[in-house]
Amino acid sequence: MTALLEIENLRVSFPTASGRVEVVKGLSLSLGRERLGIVGESGSGKSMTGRAILRLIRRPGRQQADRMVFDGIDLQARTERGMRQLRGARISMIMQDPKFSLNPVMTVGDQIAEALVTHERLPRRDVRARVIEMLHSVRIHDPERVMDLYPHEVSGGMGQRIMIAMMLIPRPDLLIADEPTSALDVSVQAQVLDLIDELVREKGMALILISHDLDLVARYCDRILVMHAGEVVGACAARDLHKASHPYTRGLLAAVPRMEETREELPVLDRSAWGGT
Amino acid sequence: MGWNMSVTAISLQNLDVSYGTTKVVQGVNIEVAEGESFALVGESGSGKSTILRAIAGLAPDWTGAISVLGAARGHQVDRDFATRCQMVFQDPYGSLHPRKTVDAVLSEPLLVHGFGNRSARVAEMLAAVGLDQRFRFRFPHQLSGGQRQRVAIARALMLEPKVMLLDEPTSALDVSVQAEILNLLKKLRRQQGLTYLMVTHNLPVVSFMCDRMAIMQKGRVVEIAPATALHDGSFTDPYSQSLYAASGGNPDRKDQP
Repeated sequence: MTALLEIENLRVSFPTASGRVEVVKGLSLSLGRERLGIVGESGSGKSMTGRAILRLIRRPGRQQADRMVFDGIDLQARTERGMRQLRGARISMIMQDPKFSLNPVMTVGDQIAEALVTHERLPRRDVRARVIEMLHSVRIHDPERVMDLYPHEVSGGMGQRIMIAMMLIPRPDLLIADEPTSALDVSVQAQVLDLIDELVREKGMALILISHDLDLVARYCDRILVMHAGEVVGACAARDLHKASHPYTRGLLAAVPRMEETREELPVLDRSAWGGT
Repeated sequence: MGWNMSVTAISLQNLDVSYGTTKVVQGVNIEVAEGESFALVGESGSGKSTILRAIAGLAPDWTGAISVLGAARGHQVDRDFATRCQMVFQDPYGSLHPRKTVDAVLSEPLLVHGFGNRSARVAEMLAAVGLDQRFRFRFPHQLSGGQRQRVAIARALMLEPKVMLLDEPTSALDVSVQAEILNLLKKLRRQQGLTYLMVTHNLPVVSFMCDRMAIMQKGRVVEIAPATALHDGSFTDPYSQSLYAASGGNPDRKDQP
């Protein structure tokens, strides 16, 4: 399998009063058309990794890598304009909270259509048909009505499905989902993830799922990277997660309450052991 | 169990709560025994947080009967009530005053209720929630999410209430920090004989923290089940079963039919 995305030695840094701080310290990965999970606590650099792939690290933050190639395209050599052609069309990203990532003064239909016409020239009738078809595929039952609603008129779960529709309508090759369900309820969470999973399989996309929820990532991914303090501390196949050997991964796993909880106390991470936060 | 299960800590009878003309909670009957830890679970908009708000006096438009530790609650602000029952909110980033130090936040309830010996009580409470004394004169923005939630718990405990209302106390936190806060809540309950009424949508948290739970849907309680129902999914109501399935069931018992 040829790699769709290859990254070598990615570094992201931000300036602080006491010099530049690296939040991603030399991450390397190679991704085929598969589902990769990145897990870690807040501040472990997992979201920054996702953003760096799209070159979305804003000044004064800085990103550099020895190699960052997506489908034969050198991402680092691209101009800003060249990146805009990739973002959305070839690589797209689902953000955490639909409340903050949808435009509040634009109807749902217009926003989804905008994502499409930015990258493709289509007659207006076809645009509408594609939007309706896409809303159907994210299981919104009456797309004609929903298209004319504003984001504040839809629920969180529906908002996130609209986000997914918007991200998938240009038919990207790589989807980056940054905590796509942490703002949602459990019952809706499963629906949204099943939907992403189904669409990813159907269209043969690659998926990077970023989350702090180990169980969730294990359920929806093939391969997992565990990040801590900007570094990858463990990589394994999703089904082997429970056999992970790194003490940090083990600590995270043990800290999650189980459905059948018999422990009187949950083990907590000894942060001093990693000189952590 | 060391406590007397027959004493009722929280009793809700035929509770209806409205926001304006919309009825969001309908006909809820719940009895929580003293020393018990009881969970309200369900999806957003099912009315679980509204029940806590009604008990705390933040949603005054209710009918039915609410009583805490045998004393009925009225619709007005009730000073004595505050010393018996306190609430911890979901988001520690939003529930602490950004321009008040930890010391000021913890002293305020004592000042309002005319308790003396404030300095010593604040120091003692910081120790009880596992915060070092050096955090005492810091502002919320100088604390991490977990530390802030510890301050919020400390503030709720300052008046030594016997009943705590917990509204998703860990859903804004990472798993590792969540474990610390859950352990703290469990320890405090054991040490101080507290009663918890806790809202959550995380079923494994219920399994760790609670004795019983009420499953809510569209403002009504559809089922009251013991926490052990989470071990094998022995719920009777179809909605509870679907919620359990959506949470992934019990992977430790997946191999059994």
